Amino acid sequence: MTLTPQERMKIPRHPLPAQPPELRVQCFAEVALGYDEQTAREEAMRCLQCKRPYCVDGCPVAIDIPGFLKEIVAGNIDVAAAIIKKTNSLPSICGRVCPQETQCEERCVLAKKGQPVAIGALERFVADYDRRYRLTKPEVTVKASGKKIAVVGSGPAGLTAAGTLAQMGHAVTIFEALHEPGGVLVYGIPEFRLPKEIVREEVSSLLDLGVEFNLNVLVGRTLTIDELFAAGYSAVFLAPGAGVPQFMGIPGENLNGVSSANEFLTRVNLMKAFLFPEYDTPVYCGKHVAVIGGGNTAMDAARTAKRLGPEKVYIVYRRSEKEMPARREEIEHAKEEGIEFMCLTAPVAYHSNSRGWVEEMECIRMELSEPDESGRRRPVPVPNSNFRVPVDTVIVAIGAKTNDLIVKTTGGLTVAKKGYLLVDPETQMTTRPGIFAGGDIAGGEATVIAAMGQGRVAAHSIHRYVLERG
Amino acid sequence: MAKILEKKELAPRTHYLRVHAPVIATHARPGQFVIIRLHEKGERIPLTIADSDSSVGSITLIVQEIGGTTKQIALLRTGDDIRDVLGPLGAPSEIENFGTVVLLGGGFGIAAIHPIAKALRQAGNTIISIVGARTKHLLIMEREMQAVSHEFVVMTDDGSYGRMGLVIEPLREMIEQGRAIHRVVAIGPLPMMRAVAELTRPHGIPTVVSLNPVMVDGTGMCGGCRVTVGEHTKFACVDGPEFDAHLVNFDELAARSRMYREFEELHVCRIEERLQQHEVPQGVAGQ
Ligand SMILES: Cc1cc2nc3c(=O)[nH]c(=O)nc-3n(C[C@H](O)[C@H](O)[C@H](O)COP(=O)(O)OP(=O)(O)OC[C@H]3O[C@@H](n4cnc5c(N)ncnc54)[C@H](O)[C@@H]3O)c2cc1C
Ligand SMILES: Cc1cc2nc3c(=O)[nH]c(=O)nc-3n(C[C@H](O)[C@H](O)[C@H](O)COP(=O)(O)OP(=O)(O)OC[C@H]3O[C@@H](n4cnc5c(N)ncnc54)[C@H](O)[C@@H]3O)c2cc1C
Ligand code: SF4
Ligand code: SF4
Ligand code: FES
Repeated sequence: MTLTPQERMKIPRHPLPAQPPELRVQCFAEVALGYDEQTAREEAMRCLQCKRPYCVDGCPVAIDIPGFLKEIVAGNIDVAAAIIKKTNSLPSICGRVCPQETQCEERCVLAKKGQPVAIGALERFVADYDRRYRLTKPEVTVKASGKKIAVVGSGPAGLTAAGTLAQMGHAVTIFEALHEPGGVLVYGIPEFRLPKEIVREEVSSLLDLGVEFNLNVLVGRTLTIDELFAAGYSAVFLAPGAGVPQFMGIPGENLNGVSSANEFLTRVNLMKAFLFPEYDTPVYCGKHVAVIGGGNTAMDAARTAKRLGPEKVYIVYRRSEKEMPARREEIEHAKEEGIEFMCLTAPVAYHSNSRGWVEEMECIRMELSEPDESGRRRPVPVPNSNFRVPVDTVIVAIGAKTNDLIVKTTGGLTVAKKGYLLVDPETQMTTRPGIFAGGDIAGGEATVIAAMGQGRVAAHSIHRYVLERG
Repeated sequence: MAKILEKKELAPRTHYLRVHAPVIATHARPGQFVIIRLHEKGERIPLTIADSDSSVGSITLIVQEIGGTTKQIALLRTGDDIRDVLGPLGAPSEIENFGTVVLLGGGFGIAAIHPIAKALRQAGNTIISIVGARTKHLLIMEREMQAVSHEFVVMTDDGSYGRMGLVIEPLREMIEQGRAIHRVVAIGPLPMMRAVAELTRPHGIPTVVSLNPVMVDGTGMCGGCRVTVGEHTKFACVDGPEFDAHLVNFDELAARSRMYREFEELHVCRIEERLQQHEVPQGVAGQ
């Protein structure tokens, strides 16, 4: 069946089916349900197969988007999967968490009419199909290089670099501080948005490639980078993320009931506190929850809190909804789930009861002035507009900083602004030869796909580096 | 997985574990700790490295039974495995030749004080140790502490052994007598550390305490362990656990340590129920 461009453009975009909000707020099962084969095909048919596919420019790893969409239409899901996997080794993850509306889909020619091809949802469809029927299987086809490479951190950057290097024949060991691999994918992003089973499967396919996981190793304390070199590793890829939670430094932030989103999410996701007391780790969630921030982390914290049964959950954000950095889909899902948005509002203090627990949040209203360096309009407080809201739980999700442990214990690394490691953008090599870095530690865009892209680039330059040295 | 090479009860509800962890053993320095997770459903809890032996690759942990996880530890036996052991964590103690150092240890704090005392002694300090327990049979590591001390005082609350009273009393007397004290290190229950801080503050004696806020990851990622020291918020797992006692906000720390109390009580009931039904999670209490 061939359609004319006009006919293709008439097909409306297929919404991604989702669990109804009333049901999903009662459990941690995945919210978005994914396309079936028929819907995927019809959606893929909307693609105009542009000669100059702008969508590809929007994808940080330049997936051949029209290429894989065409294969979906033809029913060759295995070929579609192979095309995607040429540049993206974790497609079932990216199809779920990429901010498509500011990447591939934003550039799609059909976006002008507000109806871009649902590239993310289709990528997810192909990847899930591929996993279910085990169509593609990563293999090591080259002979062993005899080189040992160390990867520090098992988030998307580390996993991607490890997989790529293993397929090039190197012996790769991942050193991870936590007891489970995956980085933010396991401790941050909740189950209802990214089932942990998917991360476990990706990890197991790396095991099949011969990648070794050395968990419970905090590099900089358990072992230093110099010890890794001394133990025979020829190169090191640093991907420890930027995991140190920031606080605002306002009065009452250390009261009981106030925590970082990282702590809250780690207790629930990594430690399974939502199954307490079957699992040993508890999490505190009161009746009135305020989440401070407007990014993905804030949405995840708010929606996770909602599932623990409070009466009210607020998102408190100092700019307007338009400026929120979270993925659009997350914002919509949060609203459907009954989360109340308090925009143009900033907390200035938390007040406690007599037992040291937060009882009230004092806020000030904000208004937007002219755009700042980031291009977003700068929020300024409206004088004398303070007001108080009763809350017993506050989750601070205003961003993260880098951890300086590795820099402090490793000579020759240079940090750029905000503690990010300085790297050559062409090769991801740091200022110390043999040490490469990528992902959030290298000051990327703080997205899964950007971290993966840097992991891939680094893997290729590590490959060249170790071979050149013989 | 880390094998328990040796396990014994030092005193009622106080357990000694020697655990196989070769990499940690070669890197551990006084003042550092590990985070362990017993089994798949376990909580991550911090425990001080009381001793380490790099020749056999073991570390020693001294655990006081207080809640859910520590009660499960009590049930472990030699030969059992601990699923996860991460460390060494935290900044090592400052070890220098200060002159005369008074070390105060209460409860499991004695286990934490011991490696510091040993290192300070090796660095040439004169070591005065004051250790305390509620009653005689709860006192741990007396012999080890005595061996590293030039002067050694035991206190019990009920006078059943040593002198009767709190560990702070002998320190107060030494200060009143005008003895030269160049540094004080206190590790034990919060009220004890706080009392020591108040005692030494007016005399300007540099005083260090090792804080034990609730922790989750131990790597600086969650901020759950944050404490206020002077004007700053610090993360005890990476910036500490030792801090200048005169700058610590003890009120806040005391409130924060209570944050999860109600949950823990529920949890302990559950664990006791589990134990009564002999339904012990996998990896705990081997055969
Ligand atoms: C709650 C939340 C939601 C998000 N949602 C999205 C989303 O929807 N879409 C999106 O694109 N991006 C999202 N992001 C951002 C994205 O997750 C990150 O940009 C990405 O995970 C960065 O990958 P990374 O590999 O650099 O590091 P991380 O994923 O941070 O992983 C780093 C790993 O290194 C380990 N580590 C750190 N230090 C050491 C050390 N010294 N030794 C050993 N191991 C160490 C850590 O334990 C961790 O496992 C979200 C982030 C958060 C926190
Ligand atoms: C750096 C550090 C080193 C430590 N070293 C040791 C050690 O060597 N030996 C040892 O026995 N314990 C040590 N602790 C304390 C130990 O981690 C706690 O006793 C343990 O987490 C309690 O777990 P639980 O599940 O048994 O009790 P829970 O059920 O979690 O708690 C029971 C009760 O104790 C309180 N509590 C919980 N955590 C702490 C804590 N960290 N400090 C004080 N009270 C707490 C709870 O509020 C509750 O009321 C250390 C703590 C830190 C932070
Ligand atoms: S990886 Fe992300 S940006 Fe690239 S095509 Fe897939 S969804 Fe779009
Ligand atoms: S820009 Fe849109 S329509 Fe054109 S090839 Fe890409 S996905 Fe298809
Ligand atoms: S325990 Fe999480 S930051 Fe210290």
